[in-house]
Amino acid sequence: MIEIRNLTKRYGSFLAVDDITFEVEKGKILGFLGPNGAGKTTTMRIVTGFMPPTKGTAIVSGFDVVENPLDVKRRIGYMPETPPLYVDMTVEEYLNFAARLKQIPAKEVKGAMELACEKVDLNNVLGKVIKALSKGYKQRVGLAQAIIHDPEVLILDEPTIGLDPIQIREVRELIRSLAGEHTIILSTHILPEVDMICDEVVIIQNGKIIAKDTPDGLSKSMKGAERLTVVVEGPTEEVSSVASATEGVNSILESTAENGHCSLVLECDFKFHVRKSLSNVFSEKGWSLLEMKVKESTLEDVFIHMMSSSEEEEV
Amino acid sequence: MKNVITIFNREFRSYFSSPIAYVVIGLFLVLTGVFFYLLMSSFLQYSANLQWQAARMRQPAPPVNVNHMIIRPLFSNISVITLFVVPMITMRSFSDDKKTGTLELLLTSPVTTAQIVAGKFLAAFALYVIMALLTWVYPLVIVFFGDPDVMPVAISYIGILGMGAASVGIGVWISSMTENQIISAMGTFVVLLFLWLVGWFANFSSGAMGGFFQYLSIVEHFDDFAKGIFDTGHLMYYLSLCGITLFLAHQSIESLRWRS
Repeated sequence: MIEIRNLTKRYGSFLAVDDITFEVEKGKILGFLGPNGAGKTTTMRIVTGFMPPTKGTAIVSGFDVVENPLDVKRRIGYMPETPPLYVDMTVEEYLNFAARLKQIPAKEVKGAMELACEKVDLNNVLGKVIKALSKGYKQRVGLAQAIIHDPEVLILDEPTIGLDPIQIREVRELIRSLAGEHTIILSTHILPEVDMICDEVVIIQNGKIIAKDTPDGLSKSMKGAERLTVVVEGPTEEVSSVASATEGVNSILESTAENGHCSLVLECDFKFHVRKSLSNVFSEKGWSLLEMKVKESTLEDVFIHMMSSSEEEEV
Repeated sequence: MKNVITIFNREFRSYFSSPIAYVVIGLFLVLTGVFFYLLMSSFLQYSANLQWQAARMRQPAPPVNVNHMIIRPLFSNISVITLFVVPMITMRSFSDDKKTGTLELLLTSPVTTAQIVAGKFLAAFALYVIMALLTWVYPLVIVFFGDPDVMPVAISYIGILGMGAASVGIGVWISSMTENQIISAMGTFVVLLFLWLVGWFANFSSGAMGGFFQYLSIVEHFDDFAKGIFDTGHLMYYLSLCGITLFLAHQSIESLRWRS
């Protein structure tokens, strides 16, 4: 549905996007993840035809964005980071304008507006001037504008930024519900968001792709080394030395003592039966094991891991 | 064409949903009204004097020419006043879209840059036309109480509209280069002022240079229209100025895509 091929964008001597290639299948949601300034917005702007690439191209439902920008624009709904709203207009006037701008035939404008408003739940503010709306509603108007012409592809640049937690949840649900009919690229720097809504993730840093996988796959690739938290009733130093001597324990990341309890965070290799041997060792020593839990690596860990490892490579 | 109309509609309405249209039109009518009043009263004083003198000499009063004494200077004044109000009409044109990010909406919609420029220009020009044509009451007053030649009035209006097309074009172009409305308005004003004052330079320089300055002056070209002379050369000057500036506006918006 969306193919991005060797896309490169250069601003003067600054390389914003460096030869990135990826694809998104029809009906899927792709999360575009990266720190601020990584080149997410630039890539999205190129895909939407807002700016041309320096090299490479993007193909949206068979149309090349460089050669047939108008055909691509007809098939894309785009919500920039700040929703592009004419704040003097009422929601109704604005959506009417957006519908006509996107070349919906005059007869179908009304139906398209009703459908979009229903999807993003705007019906109770139709007559209000956009200026007077809350941030969450403005965001929804921006989304309504993007989906009004029922585009095959939706490009959303940080759709949940600046919203309160309830609004964030609503917007996420909304995006989830739009998948299937629409192919979606969404950029974010919030990791749980990707976990929750995306089918695929592309992590980008300094204009380069450093990882490309499903959210689960990325977490799994980190599974080799897991973290384990144990709380034991016993003398801290002894417990630590015993734990680190156990087969499969690579290192002790943290150790704290409190009221005769000692809690440790261990980095372990799960190829060995670490938990079993640890509990055996502790009971042999006569210390009671109060707590033991596996700390699964989140996307956050993946992200930080990827970032730091790619930085090391550069050094 | 449909795209141009869509953009035109939104732009044109936005003038009236903010106070801009009312302030600009109001200001313009007050200024032109003051000049009309002054011209009218000095004309009345002059003709009263003539009549009084004629009565003293026991002779019929000589005819006075309203076209010459009121209509021609009135339209010259109107043409100069438009130079001051056009920047207010065009200052938001592209600047506002650049500032609020709505330009991103326009440029990612299936419309061409030429259509956007055309829609915005036509909306600003339409407001200008409404504003300029509201001055019809002044000639009407003269038609009621005098016997002016109507043809020069019509020709003057052609000139006013031509000049408007050129100056609105300049305004749209300048606004496409900045996201700041104040800079947009000031820039437009400075360019228009230059194109007005350059006619004065013409008086001080001779030969080819003087002719060139004279040709450049946006107000100089209006003189013939005010006299009731319809010269397509002058109209061509206005239309080509309008065309060139709109082309430049188009290029400046396109170049945004490359630079930004």
